[in-house]
Amino acid sequence: MDLIVNGIKEAFRLIITLDAEVMRVTLLSLQISGSATLISLVIGVSAGTAVALSEFPGKRLVVSVINTGMGLPPVVVGLFVTIFIWRNGPFGFLGILYTPAAMVLAQSIIATPIVTGISFAAMQHLPDKLRLQILALGATRAQMVWMLMREARLPLLAAVMAGFGGVISEIGASMMVGGNIKGHTRVLTTATVMETSRGNFDIAIALAIILLMLTFAVNYILTSIQQKDGR
Amino acid sequence: MKPRTAPVLEVRNLRVVRGGAVILDVPEFSLAAGEVVAVIGPNGAGKTTMLSAILGLQKSFMDGVVVRGGLKFPGTPPHLYRRGFSMVFQDSLLFNTTLYDNVASGLRIRGLSRREIGRIVSEQLERFGIAALSGRKAQSLSGGEAQRASLARAFATAPEILLLDEPFASLDTPAREAILDDLEKVLSGSRTAVILVTHDRVETLRLADSIMVLDKGKILQRGPTIDVLRRPGSEFVASFAGTETVVAGKVVRSGGGVVVVSASGVEIEAAGEAHRGQRVALCIRPENIVIATGSRARTSARNAFTGRIVRLLPMPHYYKAVIDCGFPLVAYITQHSMEEMGLREGGRVHASFKATSVHLIKKEH
Repeated sequence: MDLIVNGIKEAFRLIITLDAEVMRVTLLSLQISGSATLISLVIGVSAGTAVALSEFPGKRLVVSVINTGMGLPPVVVGLFVTIFIWRNGPFGFLGILYTPAAMVLAQSIIATPIVTGISFAAMQHLPDKLRLQILALGATRAQMVWMLMREARLPLLAAVMAGFGGVISEIGASMMVGGNIKGHTRVLTTATVMETSRGNFDIAIALAIILLMLTFAVNYILTSIQQKDGR
Repeated sequence: MKPRTAPVLEVRNLRVVRGGAVILDVPEFSLAAGEVVAVIGPNGAGKTTMLSAILGLQKSFMDGVVVRGGLKFPGTPPHLYRRGFSMVFQDSLLFNTTLYDNVASGLRIRGLSRREIGRIVSEQLERFGIAALSGRKAQSLSGGEAQRASLARAFATAPEILLLDEPFASLDTPAREAILDDLEKVLSGSRTAVILVTHDRVETLRLADSIMVLDKGKILQRGPTIDVLRRPGSEFVASFAGTETVVAGKVVRSGGGVVVVSASGVEIEAAGEAHRGQRVALCIRPENIVIATGSRARTSARNAFTGRIVRLLPMPHYYKAVIDCGFPLVAYITQHSMEEMGLREGGRVHASFKATSVHLIKKEH
């Protein structure tokens, strides 16, 4: 019990004193997961919208693949990204292994199917005739897609939350492609694992609390926007 | 009927084929500025398909050409072609934003200035009596308010042609009546041509200059509203035009502009010409039947029958009586008349109607 109480005390001390290492790790976590979420949003929302609005043979198969991708295990993503960007791998020439760029890449691969799946569901859920109504108003195809996306903005915000939640908390891929290098690729999750393995539970709890607070803060902001708009 | 001008819409050889089945086959029709045509027909007749084909939303499945304001489709960029149309569906399909933004949506698509949008939106909100709700979220509007918003959005872009797909079907009677009143006023001073898909005869009578009867994708009859209602071209059209009594029979005598038809064991006289032995269908509208009780009074009507009321059905503004005269004859009676005459199911009545109020449909075989 003391361990937990001390951990919580230490967490608040680290936060209040703006501990340099903790701040660096927190900021890097935000940068990497934020960038990955942004990339997954661009790809996922476009892909989800495109699949929802088009009819083509094999659509059901594509949707099944997207849905399966929503549960993609981070270690599997980490493994394949590592193989691809390994010195001798097909993209080894990029030289990004054990860099934040590799972590962004891996996290984007994890988040994209989540965002795609939720975007697809959000667009699919809109009334069929809404599309006809927008076209009847004289919209171009691009205007129609934009207006439909605006209509689905509340569930699309849920996609942002799910995507960000999925990558900020993942550990396997970040550890494998980032290497948990201090001051370079160490993020909240990898640091928590390392401190736990060293028996520094107070610091590990502090990092875990910061991670929880960060996730909560981001989701709180997005939920507030969602609820305000939904009223 | 509004004066005819050059057509704002011309449809030529419009066919929609899906999965090998012909859903729509309209060789030709046109619409003049300010004309209101009601499209009636059973479910699955192709009414909504016709609207979407005219709007250029069936491109992959359609043959033929639609010309709107000189722009041909196919052949014109779809969004430019569609900008002369507006459409209102049964569901108001408002965007999840304020009423103001909804009415402004078509104008923003066209890239109008903020000031111009403000002016037009205010005008339309006033026109449809919803100016006070301008800042309200669309989702908080009642069904009637939402449909008014939908109409305001449709009129905001000053369409040449307005397509209405059963726009009042999901409204309660008071809301429907109020919107019909407003729409009637708006249309009376407008050059917007309207295609109204409806199942409702009241809407048809109040708004439409002409009627188009559609079945299995084909136009069965098109003409001025009163002509189609009074002189349906077939039994099918008669059933959709509100002719409650349609009796099949054979001409037994003919002459002097009067045809005597034997039907269901009785003889019915109808104004018209037909040769002896010709198979016909007689259409008798319920509002043309006169009901009397007591001893049979003398009447100038050529058709007078005594029968028994088999059903008395309350309708919104009157009662519908089904009288067994050897054939089932349907008449409308006001509640006042019904009470005064003491009409009841099983009671005997005299029913009469003039030969001129019987419409004769000659059958091919």
